[in-house]
Amino acid sequence: MRDAQFFRRWMTVAAAAVEREADRLTELDSPIGDADHGSNLLRGFTAVRAALEADSAASPGAVLTLAGRTLISTVGGASGPLYGTLLRRTGKELGEAAEVSDDALRKALYAGVGAVAQLGGAAPGDKTMLDALVPAVAELGTSYRAAADAAENGARATVPMLARKGRASYLGERSIGHQDPGATSAALLLGALADVAEAS
Amino acid sequence: MRMLLNSPGTVVADALRGMAAAHPELDVDVERRVVVRRNARDGGRVGLVSGGGSGHEPLHAGFVGYGMLSAACPGEVFTSPVPDQVLRAAAAVDSGQGVLFVVKNYTGDVLNFEMAAELAEEDGLRVERVLVDDDVAVTDSLYTAGRRGTGATLFVEKIAGAAAEEGAPLERVADLARRVNAASRSFGVALGACTTPAKGSPTFDLPDGELELGVGIHGEPGRERRPMMTAREIAEVAVGAVLEDLAQVGPADGPVLALVNGTGATPLLELYGFHAEVARVLAERGVPVARTLVGNYVTSLDMAGCSVTLCRADEELLRLWDAPVRTAALRWGC
Repeated sequence: MRDAQFFRRWMTVAAAAVEREADRLTELDSPIGDADHGSNLLRGFTAVRAALEADSAASPGAVLTLAGRTLISTVGGASGPLYGTLLRRTGKELGEAAEVSDDALRKALYAGVGAVAQLGGAAPGDKTMLDALVPAVAELGTSYRAAADAAENGARATVPMLARKGRASYLGERSIGHQDPGATSAALLLGALADVAEAS
Repeated sequence: MRMLLNSPGTVVADALRGMAAAHPELDVDVERRVVVRRNARDGGRVGLVSGGGSGHEPLHAGFVGYGMLSAACPGEVFTSPVPDQVLRAAAAVDSGQGVLFVVKNYTGDVLNFEMAAELAEEDGLRVERVLVDDDVAVTDSLYTAGRRGTGATLFVEKIAGAAAEEGAPLERVADLARRVNAASRSFGVALGACTTPAKGSPTFDLPDGELELGVGIHGEPGRERRPMMTAREIAEVAVGAVLEDLAQVGPADGPVLALVNGTGATPLLELYGFHAEVARVLAERGVPVARTLVGNYVTSLDMAGCSVTLCRADEELLRLWDAPVRTAALRWGC
């Protein structure tokens, strides 16, 4: 079973990963976007860290909804509402239980990813964060590491894709040949989850 | 790269402090990033709220004031505002007549304004939204995010603002805004990339002697790169693309509003020279121009380049366009 502490660690490790990789995310966002994905997520996850320190969110659901709400209020752009919705919806699915099973987390994440797809109107293959998230939730039944690897592979698989959603879609054919920054940051989030699960 | 700033992290707040110092007629909340027309609630008008990423100055905060926007919410550089900002702006300007959100068609802007609209309606505000999507360089199909909102934003904000100032109800202000958007088309060209303060280097690499056709306003590359062209050739391409698409709106005999816009690093000397070519192409094609603006209105930081926006204007739109406006960046008639 996973308690609130586990989810706090997930968010903290995710924040550290975003901090470490912010420049790379921004670099990926330069040729096909507007060169701010790293700095935007860094601002958001720094705020998440501060919000969690200031708040006594005592259940897994409360931790994730607080993190999601904080991202919506601080990131802006498309990634704020999309990541915010992912975490908020996942948190809401987890409800108020003090501890949740891995199976409950799997189902909640599945719902969270569904909410992201609905909000952004994108599907796998459109060169967005869903190309990492969808294969990842499919692998959650195997292990957290398998999910993280699937997200990583999914992010790499966006390189030859033609962008159909988000700002990269304005480039048409010229979006081909670049890894999607959103899929890359989604892989960081799943990687953090695997790291925390393996350490606990 | 040398920039006139204190630090990349404070660039938006610093600009807002400067705006507050220069324009005592505006209420500038630097911390929460909302710029409100003083006494916005007086007169029982419909509120007009717009916003988007910073880096497009004078859009949008420069258009807050009499006859135009009631409030603007500037986001981080090239990043849409967050719902909290939009909600604060809406609450600050609503006098019970409702609020119109003017939103440019970018995924981030659309999502954040959508969330704000939901929250505002939960608080009992009446909200309408108009989506600006005038950029003909983007193929609008099910497989893209749709056309970008660019120069037409200024036409929408001016004309809807004039209607709100006259006391028109929310539905009519929203209808007019949608009509202006539907009658407007834009095309942009970059002669160089821009540099965001956070990144500190150009967002894309444009070799000497080349230009990008069909660019947006975020320093993203366009759809096509070509060897450098003359102002005359660029005007042919830009005006041609706009008119071809505008033909869908109806017969081409009516007058247009024209905006020849600089994207930040192109001097007015070049913009006026370019405008001479735009005016020539329009005359050759038999398109009467009713009003023209030449200048930097929808910029992309220090990007060199320009865009052309045309709006088919009937008598009503022209009357509202001519109505008095008094903002930091646009003023006439009062």
